[in-house]
Amino acid sequence: MGRVLMKGTEAIAEAAIQAGCKYFFGYPITPQNEIPEYMSAHLPEVGGVYVQAESEVASINMVLGGGATGYRVMTSSSSPGISLMSEGISYIAGCEIPAVIVNVMRAGPGLGGILPGQADYLQATKGGGNGDYNLIVLAPSTLQECVDLTQLAFDLAQKYRNPVMVAADGFMGQMMEAVEIKPSPTKDQPADPTWALGFMEERGGKRSHLHSLFLAPEPLEEHNRKLQKKYGAMKAAEQRCECYHMEDAELLIAAYGTTARISRSAVNNLRAEGLKVGMIRPVTLWPYPYDAFKTIPSTVKNILVAEMNAGQMVDDVKVATGCRYPVSFYGRTGGFAPSVKEIEDECRRILAL
Amino acid sequence: MSEVKVYERPKSWMPNVSSHYCPGCGHGIAHRLVCEVIDELGIQNDTIGVAPVGCAAMIYDYMDTDYCEAPHGRAPAVATGLKTVRPDKIVYTYQGDGDLASIGMGEIVHAANRGQNITVIFINNAIYGMTGGQMAPTTLLGQKATTCPLGRDAKVNGYPIRVSEMLATLPAPGYITRVTVAQPKYIIKAKQAIKKAFQNQVEGKGFSLVEVLSSCPTNWGMRPVEAFDWLISSMMPYYPLGDFKDFD
Repeated sequence: MGRVLMKGTEAIAEAAIQAGCKYFFGYPITPQNEIPEYMSAHLPEVGGVYVQAESEVASINMVLGGGATGYRVMTSSSSPGISLMSEGISYIAGCEIPAVIVNVMRAGPGLGGILPGQADYLQATKGGGNGDYNLIVLAPSTLQECVDLTQLAFDLAQKYRNPVMVAADGFMGQMMEAVEIKPSPTKDQPADPTWALGFMEERGGKRSHLHSLFLAPEPLEEHNRKLQKKYGAMKAAEQRCECYHMEDAELLIAAYGTTARISRSAVNNLRAEGLKVGMIRPVTLWPYPYDAFKTIPSTVKNILVAEMNAGQMVDDVKVATGCRYPVSFYGRTGGFAPSVKEIEDECRRILAL
Repeated sequence: MSEVKVYERPKSWMPNVSSHYCPGCGHGIAHRLVCEVIDELGIQNDTIGVAPVGCAAMIYDYMDTDYCEAPHGRAPAVATGLKTVRPDKIVYTYQGDGDLASIGMGEIVHAANRGQNITVIFINNAIYGMTGGQMAPTTLLGQKATTCPLGRDAKVNGYPIRVSEMLATLPAPGYITRVTVAQPKYIIKAKQAIKKAFQNQVEGKGFSLVEVLSSCPTNWGMRPVEAFDWLISSMMPYYPLGDFKDFD
């Protein structure tokens, strides 16, 4: 398969199938309906199964059960649906079950609207569900990255026995772009019988039980220590970030997803005017790319965070830079994205200070 | 002279483990029946249980099969996921009435409506046990609980839900029956029903649910013998035993 023009949601779905995902559990919600629709049409062709759940609550728990077999399973939803899944995501993390969750983010809060947003940043990176747990959160900025990160998500989920979220905003889901979708090298990776359910015979009669319940404090704290050790390994090995024209920048834009795409155009235009503007683009929203932020050059005087929300990533940038730089914010909500001109104007305003 | 075996622990009961259940609680009997059925069908290595939230949350401490935890009420959805990926395995849920008939009503109705080829063991003791005796959707009218101290009032709390009768109105589920563990003669029938519900799944016949009327002497404020008597005199008239559906 060469490069083909595809819609983001359909590219994500095909990428998942090419990553060996044969089981999809979902519930309709705009703007991600093409993913379950694509899966319902194409999974049977590869011997897979699409199940339409009665709610997002049910679909995430079907993912919990499906993932407990060790095979590649996924669900997709959009912001209010992810809120409903948050309980299940916490259990999946607590039970150490691999799963992939795609969030085609829309504007909130509450029912909000069906237009694009990035206002689930804090929900995705700081919890959502109860307890000390973390997801790996991947934020694509192009449709090719939607494909690549979706396939990576399955590898990371199995590697760490942890839920992985692809946090794609509504623009990523609904725009069209040329993509190349290749079968993932790990497409036929078998379930790991050492822990997965359904392999008691293969384990010589030794059972496996997956649970997050530990009523006594000692084993629960021990379980938490084990989880934190795993999250530490993720922080050490899985940070991903793109630095664009950062080497001599005086003003650095911090942005991800569609806002990074818009910011890239602003950087190009401002560079053409001779203004030294660069961009730092977290690809993993969790683990946050602290290592890349440590490489920010001494030429940088200001950082501008740009998002389609009210400033949810600002604190992470301040922490990642040790508050050494003035950090300002420009964002839009309600389904608007900042325009290239709006970001350029904000950059000019900051550079003129 | 041949040796006569009168009693043994089921092979699928976890070795050297005693349950945490209160004296006179029906869970121990129901657990044992499930274990005996798993042994008799020879499916221990192929069975995956789904644990509820409630008194039976730690059922996997007692049953030596693969087991998966479910959030409160979501066991039928978890079982759907397991069975979808591993249709070759025997997947069952074990849920109480708070879990299945209150917070998990949506999941059980839709799993039944899809005709999922799973087995559901539904323990109805008309009260929330683990949290300390609050009103359940199955609490009888007039029955006292910590959140209806004057007794359940239909005007305020609605009526106790007959889950089996309700699910039997759906076309997809295959086998729905109500049994009890209140007396040995009923226990024999309960085991037959549980065995049939697992056998149905082995044969790929579809959704089977066994509702087991059970006791909670601790939270009913009764001695064990009184509790089983109350079950027979008060619960059974409202929750009649019998088959509501048998692949008809």
